[in-house]
Amino acid sequence: MEMINAEIFTLTYGSMVRQLVADYEDVEEVNKQLDKMGFNIGQRLIDEYLAKSKTQRCSDFRETAEKIAKVGFKMFLNTTASVTNWNADGTECSLILEDNPLTDFVELPEQLSALKYSNLLCGVIRGALEMVNMDVECSFVKDMLRGDDVYEMRLKLLSSSTESYPFKDDD
Amino acid sequence: MGKSRQCAESCVDYLALELVHHYRTQLQGPSLQAALDAVGERAGRQLAERCARDRAPLLEQLEAVKFICKEFWGEVFRKAVDNLRTNHRGTFVLRDTQFRWLVRLSQNQMPAQLGQPLPAPAAKADLAADFLLLPCALVRGALAQLGWDAAVTADAASLPQVDFTVVMRQQVQR
Repeated sequence: MEMINAEIFTLTYGSMVRQLVADYEDVEEVNKQLDKMGFNIGQRLIDEYLAKSKTQRCSDFRETAEKIAKVGFKMFLNTTASVTNWNADGTECSLILEDNPLTDFVELPEQLSALKYSNLLCGVIRGALEMVNMDVECSFVKDMLRGDDVYEMRLKLLSSSTESYPFKDDD
Repeated sequence: MGKSRQCAESCVDYLALELVHHYRTQLQGPSLQAALDAVGERAGRQLAERCARDRAPLLEQLEAVKFICKEFWGEVFRKAVDNLRTNHRGTFVLRDTQFRWLVRLSQNQMPAQLGQPLPAPAAKADLAADFLLLPCALVRGALAQLGWDAAVTADAASLPQVDFTVVMRQQVQR
């Protein structure tokens, strides 16, 4: 991967979030737009991930979550997340980020306390996984900008299907 | 800026691409041009502030432009500007022969169909115009941070070469 000074990304992202806050006034709408923009990015980014990560096909959702946390975050944001809090049937987990490059230099003013500043990341994960036939829900449940001790994203698998050709051999 | 944190270069590409896409498709709020101007200018100011924090103020116009060509360009667009020309009356043309943000820009070329002429693709320069709004605004913001009020436009007629024209208006009083 070609790497650059992360400040360029961080500051452009911050400036974009400020613009969205000005555009929409309603913080919930900003959260939604960030997620949507992330989704579009994720759909493109998955190609680069698959091409450059040199990883094998994931056998189950547990492995997928680990790959996102250890390989995906490392490749693109040069940080890693840990995967914890699995539910019993292995369809829900938490990604914990202690170090989030998006929020360098950021402080949230009080009137924006409902802003999910890093919500783009949830959208990216959702968009990327959709391209490999996994429907997931992803949302922030803890945010250091809002006083929590870590950043925690809750990731929930809704459905997945293995890729199959829409035709049979004898057709 | 030196030893600061790193991230993948493509993160910036994806973000810039999605910014254009978002403001092109949304129906309410500011226009694409207005939004990217504001986003880029703010980011450009902050980047220049961090780039230039350990150096003496750049009092001469040419000094400020040279700083943009070398250090700012190197940091943001990963190489120095290849050629700088000026009319010595406040207009500068910064030529980047391999402008990094647009090297991978390409138009969808429809496959040729039998017996039909190839449809003419949209001119690449038109396609590029939207994607140059953010870089222009970044440069304008950086100059503003250095104390210079300027208009910045870009010409992508011969991609991947891009000519940025900076017209200095006046020095901001501070």
